[in-house]
Amino acid sequence: MAATTDTGADFRTRLQTWLPKLVLSPSLAIMLVFVYGFIAFTIYLSFTDSRMLPSFGWVGWENYDRLFRIREWNVALTNLAIFASLYIVISTAIGLSLAIFLDQKIRGEGVLRPIFLYPMALSFIVTGTAWKWFLDPAIGLENTMHLWGWESFTFGWIKDREMAIYTVVIAAVWQSSGFVMAMFLAGLRGIDNEILKAAQIDGASNWNLYRRIILPQLRPAFLSAFVILSHLAIKSYDLVIALTGGGPGNATALPATFMYSYTFTRNQMGIGASSAVIMLMTIAAIMVPYLYAELKEKK
Amino acid sequence: MGFLDIDNVTKSYGAVEVLHRVDIDVQEGEFLVLVGPSGCGKSTLLNMIAGLEGITSGEIRIKDRVMNGVHPSKRNIAMVFQSYALYPNMTVGKNITFGLEMHGTPAPEREKAMKEVAQLLQIEHLLDRKPGQLSGGQRQRVAMGRALVRNPDVFLFDEPLSNLDAKLRVDMRTEIKKLHQRLGTTIVYVTHDQIEAMTLSTRIAVMYDGYVQQLGTPKEIYDSPANLFVATFMGSPAMNVLPAKLAERNGALHAVLTGADGQERALRIENAPAAYAAYKDAPVMLGIRPEAITDPEGADRNARNIQMLTNRVTVTEPAGADTFVTMTLSGKDCIARMRADADVHPGHDFEFAINMDKAVLFDPKTEDRIA
Amino acid sequence: MAVASPETAIRTSRITRAFIYLFLLLFALFYLLPFGIMLINSVKPLSEITGGNMIALPRDWTIQPWLSAWSTAQIGVEPTGLRPYFINSLMMAIPAVILSTVVGALNGYVLTKWRFRGDTIIFGLLLFSCFIPFQIVLIPMARILGILQIAGTTPGLILVHFVYGIGFTTLYFRNYYAAFPTELVRAAQIDGAGFFQIFWRIMLPSSGPIIAVSFIWQFTNIWNDFLFGASFASGDAAPMTVALNNLVNSSTGVREYNVHFAGAIMAAAPTLLVYIVAGRYFVRGLMAGSVKG
Repeated sequence: MAATTDTGADFRTRLQTWLPKLVLSPSLAIMLVFVYGFIAFTIYLSFTDSRMLPSFGWVGWENYDRLFRIREWNVALTNLAIFASLYIVISTAIGLSLAIFLDQKIRGEGVLRPIFLYPMALSFIVTGTAWKWFLDPAIGLENTMHLWGWESFTFGWIKDREMAIYTVVIAAVWQSSGFVMAMFLAGLRGIDNEILKAAQIDGASNWNLYRRIILPQLRPAFLSAFVILSHLAIKSYDLVIALTGGGPGNATALPATFMYSYTFTRNQMGIGASSAVIMLMTIAAIMVPYLYAELKEKK
Repeated sequence: MGFLDIDNVTKSYGAVEVLHRVDIDVQEGEFLVLVGPSGCGKSTLLNMIAGLEGITSGEIRIKDRVMNGVHPSKRNIAMVFQSYALYPNMTVGKNITFGLEMHGTPAPEREKAMKEVAQLLQIEHLLDRKPGQLSGGQRQRVAMGRALVRNPDVFLFDEPLSNLDAKLRVDMRTEIKKLHQRLGTTIVYVTHDQIEAMTLSTRIAVMYDGYVQQLGTPKEIYDSPANLFVATFMGSPAMNVLPAKLAERNGALHAVLTGADGQERALRIENAPAAYAAYKDAPVMLGIRPEAITDPEGADRNARNIQMLTNRVTVTEPAGADTFVTMTLSGKDCIARMRADADVHPGHDFEFAINMDKAVLFDPKTEDRIA
Repeated sequence: MAVASPETAIRTSRITRAFIYLFLLLFALFYLLPFGIMLINSVKPLSEITGGNMIALPRDWTIQPWLSAWSTAQIGVEPTGLRPYFINSLMMAIPAVILSTVVGALNGYVLTKWRFRGDTIIFGLLLFSCFIPFQIVLIPMARILGILQIAGTTPGLILVHFVYGIGFTTLYFRNYYAAFPTELVRAAQIDGAGFFQIFWRIMLPSSGPIIAVSFIWQFTNIWNDFLFGASFASGDAAPMTVALNNLVNSSTGVREYNVHFAGAIMAAAPTLLVYIVAGRYFVRGLMAGSVKG
């Protein structure tokens, strides 16, 4: 709505023109300081010799140079690649399957849907606590199988340096796949039923109906799921802390845990800052084009 | 000096001028309709009168008071919106008195004014309901009540009937007209419906592309459209516009057309305005309303110049009261409006009676009426 | 959540349907199992957990683990139980939720009904703040909280959650108000209502659903937060999630799994309750956060 901006406007009109901007400005100021100012500050720190406290000795790219020569950082990056790709693919696959199946006029949908979705309401710390124990070979699933007489059953991934990262995937998928289901289900329910009827009259089989007609229409849901999941994956911190503590050793370290431990426990603030900058850049590479497209469409 | 002066007003968004030098004086008690297709600038103009949009240049005055920059609530205007814009969380009564409350009118007076308006519009039984519980016609009445209660200098209507179904729209149209006649208020009314414009207004401003194409009484607009746009926009079915040539035959000007058979048809023009002379032997556009083309028995008895024209009938469309007959003239469809019992058959030749008193000519290049 | 479609055009055979039900039930089991087993084992004596089957129901029902987790378990150095931390989380979440919702509502109102040149850019700036990895602000935030002398306190956490919640709440209210008819605002202007009167009398009374969404989303996020809690409020001011993590990972003494489970369920209870009571709004919040309308 256009505010009247004629010159010579009366006081009330001028006040009404300024009030909205006045109301918005604290938020803008907060954003500029606490988000963009802080980002700038962290970027600046990543070029300094900060250790336990911020210090302002300029060291250029040295922190980045060192960062990529730290083994733990490279482990964290590899883990992130494994974790993010599996987490996104599996959550999407499960979410989509559940949504398609739930969309078949299922009896008890009202009961099943909340069951699929409730983990999203939990803290990652709670999820981690539950799964940590469930996957613990001594008392969890493996022990139960042994008690049931399946003596040869082993499932000790959480203690295994090679496999521990996959337990993080399992717990994360458990938490988020119901949410992906909800997104796809909303997409499916939004498809015009007459299109489906038309396609059936055209003789399309169920398989073709989904492959050729329905899935292409879910494109926005796929995109949203990808963006949200990748964003969650890069930020993942709590779950790893609660589930494995980053271990065994640093086998399940992720960039988020790396940043925290280098900044606050190892007193390598410069390195910590540079790792945070890398995380920001990665997320920005995904989010900025997405947000830009979304906002542009709106206009 | 009018009651509401729109004085050389323009509107620009950035570098784009969307309204070009609009100049209209509205007298007290007038019912001015702004009509035009969507995007013509009519709603923008109305919003500028209301103070909801700024004025880029020019002046708007109400009762000689300059309104530029005056807050909408200080202009003593009231507006009825297309969606009615009833506050969903308030009862009908609250909706009607909200404006009075905002202007600091004491509660007993608000109550009294509300009762009067409710009685006038016959919505007394609805006062305690929420807008969500009302039918479209009832909402329309409440929206009008909200405008009336303020007793404003000028009423602004923004396509108020376009959300109603066809029958209700006709009823409400009559109601609005009655209300105007009874209260004698000044109204500016925006619509894209040319029938609403014709029936309601005392004057019409036909707008297109940010320009006022023509400002005049309904009769002026209908009978003497200023240009081809006005001619074809006003009237349903639209005025027939046929490429023709002006030629002098037997000492009189004739409009020469081509029949369906490829042969020429000449229609004599009487009392030709002097301007026609300049177009002798030049192409023109002949504009003629469907009701000016009839069967010979149905022709207007008061017409002075009826010309006969025989041509092949393409289609007939009986529409109850009238029958619409289509023929091809100069390569264009030409529609005639006849009595229901006219003896016309598609595929056959028929003798049409054309009332040339009502014919108008347009310049094919400027599209302006030749006069 | 979308309403069930009245008729799905797709037809499936009996065998396919049997398979679909099996698939759905297996996954229901998958989602229920970890939390369900945690629940069962939180009312067992410790001996039954370490020596027995996790799926078996308790032979001796006991609420001792719950009592212990609530009031006597060792958190860090003090045997206070989780109770003070539960209260910390409430004291932190409620003000932060209210503040961020109020500001978000006003922002959304301005950004949709009082548009001005450059408002989309401001919205973009606000929106991007929802998606930054918070690691990028940890270091300067620690400094600022220190300077403001609210480091390690609940007011400090309220500030942090308020600041980083504005983006989300603005997004919610903006999308909601975008669909709110602008003609109503114009009508109110002509009626003489001002900026705040329109907001208070016209917009807010119709904002119930989106206020619910904003409250629930913010509450869930703030209650479940761990990173800020761990970074800025260790010790007495720690929120529930941090305290739970301390409880579970304390290395001293015997691991009292049943107490851990009881604690975990306590930490989950408020958000689960919100989910059960107002699941519809919870899902809408998730959607609004993902599909930027």
